[in-house]
Formats: sequence, structure tokens, C-alpha cells
Amino acid sequence: MENQDKNQKIKKVSIICAKGNLEDVYAALVLANGAVMDGLEAKLFFTFFGLDAVIKKRMNKLQTATVGNPALRMPNGSRMPKLLGLIPGVQNMVSSMMKKQMDELDVPPVDEFFDMITAGGGEIYACQLAVDMFKVKKEDLSEHVLDILTVGEFYEKASGESSQIIFT
Amino acid sequence: MAQKTLAGKTVEVTEEGYLQDPQEWNEDIAKELAQEEGIELTDEHFKVVNFLREKYEEGANLTIRKVGKSGITDIKGFYKLFPGGPLKKASKIAGIPKPTSCV
Repeated sequence: MENQDKNQKIKKVSIICAKGNLEDVYAALVLANGAVMDGLEAKLFFTFFGLDAVIKKRMNKLQTATVGNPALRMPNGSRMPKLLGLIPGVQNMVSSMMKKQMDELDVPPVDEFFDMITAGGGEIYACQLAVDMFKVKKEDLSEHVLDILTVGEFYEKASGESSQIIFT
Repeated sequence: MAQKTLAGKTVEVTEEGYLQDPQEWNEDIAKELAQEEGIELTDEHFKVVNFLREKYEEGANLTIRKVGKSGITDIKGFYKLFPGGPLKKASKIAGIPKPTSCV
């Protein structure tokens, strides 16, 4: 490592998303899109609950957790009371508000985000184990998904000089 | 900050080569900046460049998504016109500051 040039640029990022919360999926999408925007190669691998992000019926209905999320704030900046998060409809409302905020900043819905990433040459993959585990059929997955991969196959795709693997 | 001669005109540029003053921009400067990026400018390129300049003057936050919805080209086309970093390269050629958006 000592001999490595500090100015050596990253050429490729492979991003693993294992969670299906709105914010975890978006973190992965923003990182991947930012990479292709800068001319880097980007690959996204969705596994476990992250698989929801590539399931057609679920991808645009992701939510952020209002229970067990201590960072959640009310619009006035104060902490959201813990019991409020339990009330039916609150999680839905909070998630909608977040999506609206993001849209104002030109952060698109998940399916459109995949359009942007793949337009720039980014590649989207689903995890074989997660697909088997959740009994998901290939036709349930978004057409953006290039392939269903095992871990070994993913590592093969992630390899290369100046290549980084990011786990969100 | 540095000075640079582009199309016979001396202009101030940032360390990364973006024009300091968008008003000093003209089409010949654009062509020369594009050449440095290995791009030969066509009418299609100029449509995108002018769109970015207009939006910049309006004070809009420039994003790839905005270009994709501009009606000039889609996002795939934008990547083809300015390969390897469309928003940054197009902004540089348009003589406007480096984009600060993450999308």
C-alpha cells in the first residue's frame, strides 16, 4: 500500500445494498449515480432486504422507519416523539415527505434513478441467495436488473485495478 | 487562479480549468475547451451548452436529470455527447462554474 500513488484515481466502485429502507437504498443509488456522472464504472448489488429496491411492485414504495430511528426530526427540528412513530400512517407520511424533499433537489424515484444510472453505463445486479430466500421470480424484478449473481460472481465483476467495494 | 489563452483571448480560469467569468465565454472558446476534452462540438452539443448557460443564469441547480428533461436529449444521449462526466464537461465547455450537485 505504501507504494501506491495517493493521487491514483478510483476507476470502479461496486456498491452492496443489503437494506430496504428508503435512506439506505438512496445512499447506494446516489453513490452509484455520482460515480457514473464522474466517469467511473459503477456496479450495484442488491441483497437481503435491499432486494426490495429492484422488485417492480415495491421499488417506488420504500419507506423510512419511524420506529427505532433516533435521528428522525419533526419539521420544526425537534426530535420526533417515539410513540408518534407507532401511529398507523405516520411512517407513510414521513416517507412521502422525504420523497417530496428529494424530488425538489432533482433526486428521482427509484425506477427513474435506475434509468439514470444505467444510461451512464452503470450495472444493476440482484443476489441469488436473496432471490431464493424471498422466493422472488425473475419477472418480479425490474428490467434494469442485468443478472442474478452469486457472491463469487459479484466479486469477479467487482475486481480490477483501482476498484472499491462499498457496503451501505 | 490562473490565466489561459483561449481562442485568442486571455481569460481567468480556476485550477480545474473552469472559466472564472461566464461573461467572457463565446462559441470559439467553447470549441477550444471542447477540443481539450476530445470533443468536436456539433449543433446538438451547442443546444445542451446553451441550455446549461440559460439555467445557470436563472440560478438553477444544474443536474443530469434537468438536462434529461430538457427535451434536447435524454440522459443516455447526454452521456454520449459528453463521455466520461457529462455534467462537468458540458459545464466547463459552457463556461459556467463546476456543478455542485450530486445528481
